[in-house]
Amino acid sequence: MSALIEIDQLSKRFGNHKAVDNISFNVSRGEVLGFLGPNGAGKTTTMRMITGFLTPTSGRVCVDGVTMDEHMIEVRRRIGYLPEGAPLYPDMTARQLLRFVAQVRHMPKNFYRQQCDKVVAYLSLDAVLDQAIDTLSKGFKRRVGLAQAILHDPDILILDEPTDGLDPLQKQEVRRLISSMKEEKAIIISTHILEEVDAVCTRAVIIAQGGIKADGTPAQLRERFKHDDLNTIFCNIAKAHKGVAA
Amino acid sequence: MSRTITVMKRELSAYFQTPVAYVFMVVFLLSTGAFTFYLGDYFTRGVADLQPFFMWHPWLYLFLVPAISMRLWAEERRSGTIELIMTLPVRTRELVVGKFLAAWIVIILTLCGTAPLWITVNYLGEPDNGVILASYIGSTLMAGAYLSIGSAVSAATSNQIIAFVVSAAICMVFAMMGFSLVVNFLEGWMPQFMITSLASLSVLTHFQDITKGILPIKSIIYFATIILFWLFATHHIVAYVKGAR
Repeated sequence: MSALIEIDQLSKRFGNHKAVDNISFNVSRGEVLGFLGPNGAGKTTTMRMITGFLTPTSGRVCVDGVTMDEHMIEVRRRIGYLPEGAPLYPDMTARQLLRFVAQVRHMPKNFYRQQCDKVVAYLSLDAVLDQAIDTLSKGFKRRVGLAQAILHDPDILILDEPTDGLDPLQKQEVRRLISSMKEEKAIIISTHILEEVDAVCTRAVIIAQGGIKADGTPAQLRERFKHDDLNTIFCNIAKAHKGVAA
Repeated sequence: MSRTITVMKRELSAYFQTPVAYVFMVVFLLSTGAFTFYLGDYFTRGVADLQPFFMWHPWLYLFLVPAISMRLWAEERRSGTIELIMTLPVRTRELVVGKFLAAWIVIILTLCGTAPLWITVNYLGEPDNGVILASYIGSTLMAGAYLSIGSAVSAATSNQIIAFVVSAAICMVFAMMGFSLVVNFLEGWMPQFMITSLASLSVLTHFQDITKGILPIKSIIYFATIILFWLFATHHIVAYVKGAR
């Protein structure tokens, strides 16, 4: 099966700082890729380049065979994106925000109604649909952010820390939601929480200091690093690279 | 086009869901009222026109228009929603124009709120309504010019206060270049052709030409050029700094 997301020698430089350094990987339909790494490793920068918020210094992102330079609108149509921290317009209600996103995305009215009912049920948003986003708890804000990302039923989902700030029960629900969608989509999630990788990811990419340090299924990683606990594997990689930096 | 309208509607509702639009309207109406009646000798001049009303617009807009434009981009950058909007399938120019139009509509609605002055002057005498109409158009265009400047400045910062102060300063320069005091001062040491060209770049010169009752084509072109230039600048600033927070 051809990959929905192809990332080819992608780099991003901020002044003298190389935030992302020559990384390449592909994600196919049916895969949930867990993007792991310490803070500042380049996870968010990579996701911002895939979604077109940042322009890469070099390299190429290809989404479903199309690049952002050629067909910006087309590429963005196919992607659902939850940015880090789930930024939303505080003055709007959840319903207004979803309608706004649907209009910008040119979703047909019937499709919008159907999808809106679906995501609202999925994410249990009905109680807060008409409240200003300003007044919602962190957990609800995150779920509204998720709702706008999956509203148009995209082939590709990029979720930057989708469970951050949720309580354990909500975390479980969001993981269940991601798992239920994985068959027909290519999904990238970034996370700090390693149990999440086992719970939802079919594959994990560990990055540190802008480069890929490991790429494989959770089982492959365990075998390669000869350790049962992903946590220890992750900490060892992170520490090793801190050592190099110091 | 339809995305531009969607963006415009969202911005417009943001103006009215927060107190920004109402505060702007009330302050503008109160201050134009006060300036017109107390400083402009509206009643005692013995002339039925709106000259004492329009003459204050360039100066009131100096600080009122940047108050409307300062949040346009700075707020998106501060709150991070710029990442949401700029990863949706919408072009930067649609965002730039949609936001600009929303802010402009707030000002146009406010100008509509001054209609009682126009009705009064028609009740009291026989003013030249052509002049008044031209002046309203001129005032709208001038507000658009100030707004486009404010929009570009707002795109360059995530701090609304900085956006306000810098926009007001740039607008002031554009107004002052044609202000008689400044022109007289410059006459002492600048060749005449430079003063004339500076003055012809001034918002004030063109607005005053319009309020004399003719709607000169060159002034309309002037305002259109200013607006397009600064919206173009906004587009480039947004594209350039979108990631830098």
